[in-house]
Amino acid sequence: MKNDIILSGVGGQGILSIAAAIGFAAVANNLFLKQSEVHGMSQRGGDVQSHFRLSDKPVASDLIPLGKADLIISVEPMESLRYLPWLSKQGWLVTNSVPFININDYPPLEEILDEIRKIKNNIIIDADSVAKEAGSSRAGNIVVLGAASHFIEIPFQSLENAIRTLFGRKGEEIVEVNLKALRAGRDFVKL
Amino acid sequence: MSKILLLGDEAIAQAAIDAGLSGMYAYPGTPSTEIMEFIQSSKTAVEKSIHREWSSNEKTAMEAALGMSYAGKRAMVAMKHVGLNVAADGFINSALTGVNGGLIVVSADDPSMHSSQNEQDSRFYGKFAFVPCFEPSNQQEAYDMVFDAFELSEKYKTPVLLRITTRLAHSRASVETVKHPVPQKKLRLPSDPVQFVLLPAIARKKFRALLTSYDTIRYDVRLEKYNSFRDGKKRDLGIIACGITYNYLMENISGNEGDYPVLKISAYPFPDDLIKGIAERCKELLVLEEGFPLIEEVLKGYLDTGIRILGRLDGTVPRDGEMNPAIVAKALGMSASYGKKVPDLVMMRPPSFCKGCGHADMYNALIEAVKPFGPGRVFSDIGCYTLGALPPYNAINSCVDMGASVTMAVGAADAGLFPSIAVLGDSTFTHSGITGLLDAVNKNSSITIIISDNSTTGMTGGQKSQATGRLEQICTGLGVSQDHIKMIVPLRKNHEENIRIMKDEFEYRGVSVIIASRECIQTAIRRKKEEASNE
Repeated sequence: MKNDIILSGVGGQGILSIAAAIGFAAVANNLFLKQSEVHGMSQRGGDVQSHFRLSDKPVASDLIPLGKADLIISVEPMESLRYLPWLSKQGWLVTNSVPFININDYPPLEEILDEIRKIKNNIIIDADSVAKEAGSSRAGNIVVLGAASHFIEIPFQSLENAIRTLFGRKGEEIVEVNLKALRAGRDFVKL
Repeated sequence: MSKILLLGDEAIAQAAIDAGLSGMYAYPGTPSTEIMEFIQSSKTAVEKSIHREWSSNEKTAMEAALGMSYAGKRAMVAMKHVGLNVAADGFINSALTGVNGGLIVVSADDPSMHSSQNEQDSRFYGKFAFVPCFEPSNQQEAYDMVFDAFELSEKYKTPVLLRITTRLAHSRASVETVKHPVPQKKLRLPSDPVQFVLLPAIARKKFRALLTSYDTIRYDVRLEKYNSFRDGKKRDLGIIACGITYNYLMENISGNEGDYPVLKISAYPFPDDLIKGIAERCKELLVLEEGFPLIEEVLKGYLDTGIRILGRLDGTVPRDGEMNPAIVAKALGMSASYGKKVPDLVMMRPPSFCKGCGHADMYNALIEAVKPFGPGRVFSDIGCYTLGALPPYNAINSCVDMGASVTMAVGAADAGLFPSIAVLGDSTFTHSGITGLLDAVNKNSSITIIISDNSTTGMTGGQKSQATGRLEQICTGLGVSQDHIKMIVPLRKNHEENIRIMKDEFEYRGVSVIIASRECIQTAIRRKKEEASNE
């Protein structure tokens, strides 16, 4: 088994929380993993990405080779397209549809969504609205993780446990909201 | 033993704690920052009273670590690659003094300059200073090497360099930690009272001893065990893979490992026989190095009459930038896969000031205030405020090294540029701006220094700044006239007044300092959260 995942978004959008959740779940399932992330300058409103590699065998490279990613999980639509060179032909692209516009030349959203729809296996979800319904407008990243969970080869229950570990310190209420967000994201996808 | 998920940086920090560390010293710098941060947040470090305060710069950190070592205890100092330039005097001379307690110098290089102004290769510093150097290929090795580095350091009385790169520093994997940590060392002064006295007569003797020691240390098992050779069937191509490039190689040849003779290098210096062994077997040698072609250049030499050497110098591998699996695949003649190309509509998204950032308001005022004098006179420095070089600001004309804004403004003023302006952050000012300001005061340079004071070390994630609330005092103490130290608050509502103050100071023939203070918005948010959770 191997799951090579690219996580993408804009600095501050919470892709490292997604990574941490998958990380906890992977460790609980005794899987090998390597997860490389971006710190420093780019975190200031720039594009950020994380390479997440899961396997039942030891992982060699910290970086996913081009064309080998099984999944792109993006919390921002334009950012999901930036990593297409990594996505394999059979790979899935799961992205939030809500743009994060902090540049003047941001392209029209419909054109971005059209490009995403050209990818055979794509899922576009309005994660911000789903998150709001679940009780926290800040849980959009966890909604996207829920939607992508169908393509991560880890039992869903482990991801739920990971959310408990990740948000446990912030109190039961925050844990519940995020679990709700995770499940709502998962239920959005009908395969 | 237990397994935990750690960044490369964190693995080094955890290992240091487990290996009996007594003092951690550092100045924040990507990609090294998380080493100190991990120790600062470690309960064990608190229980063991491990020193874990930030230093003013890499030089003071390096020297304090050497002092901890002098007193017989184990010390580590960590910095980004360019920080080692700042600490180089202490580092190179520490090889001559030698150490007492074990001393590890971590230098985190940033090939491809993800968050840096150059991509220098710290392994050269090891060679230059005659200091052994470890270059881990993965997080577990990084952890294990710290134990060996401390032992090696104490056995040979030498500092040890631990060189990592961004990818390892900021990549997480599970690491097996030791069950029984090493206890901390007791205070014990050096047996030789002049060991650390580098008077020429003593230094000459010590340098000769260092040369001998560097020659023999290569056979020590603590270094040798990280360099390994595995023969393969092929005789046309052998591969030397250094540090993290070994992973990219394995990514490409796993399943066919038996094909190529592979020499993995993760510790320096190493015996010549290692290289001779693989060279004798092969018609060509591919050298994979993350950074500069250190080994490749030596192998090729001036005459280039031996077997064919492939690598960064002949274009088999790009001459600059970070390595990755695709580069290695291409170097091996394998067809690399590629997904779809990035659609043309995807725009660049460069980093930018946060909403509510004081630097932005400072620049908005500065741009207006400097207009009457014309462009090309604002020297800046290294920090979040370097983003003032990008549109829409285009407000600064230099970013070279920590503190250079002040001294370059002084030099330009010497040449006749007036007004000559420096813009730097509070943490950069205490790192290396203070001495430059003293130069300016001593010769009454006509410069204006704007300290954009956000009361934190912002770019690296908000570490403690060394002189929060004391900048005015420092400037006064250095001799800046009280009339020309101006305190402003960079807020939109103060825009017009700030422009006026800046203009007035630009016109002044002498040293003036404008301290533009407003807390970093990220630090403020974190502080408020912490205060709320403490209530």
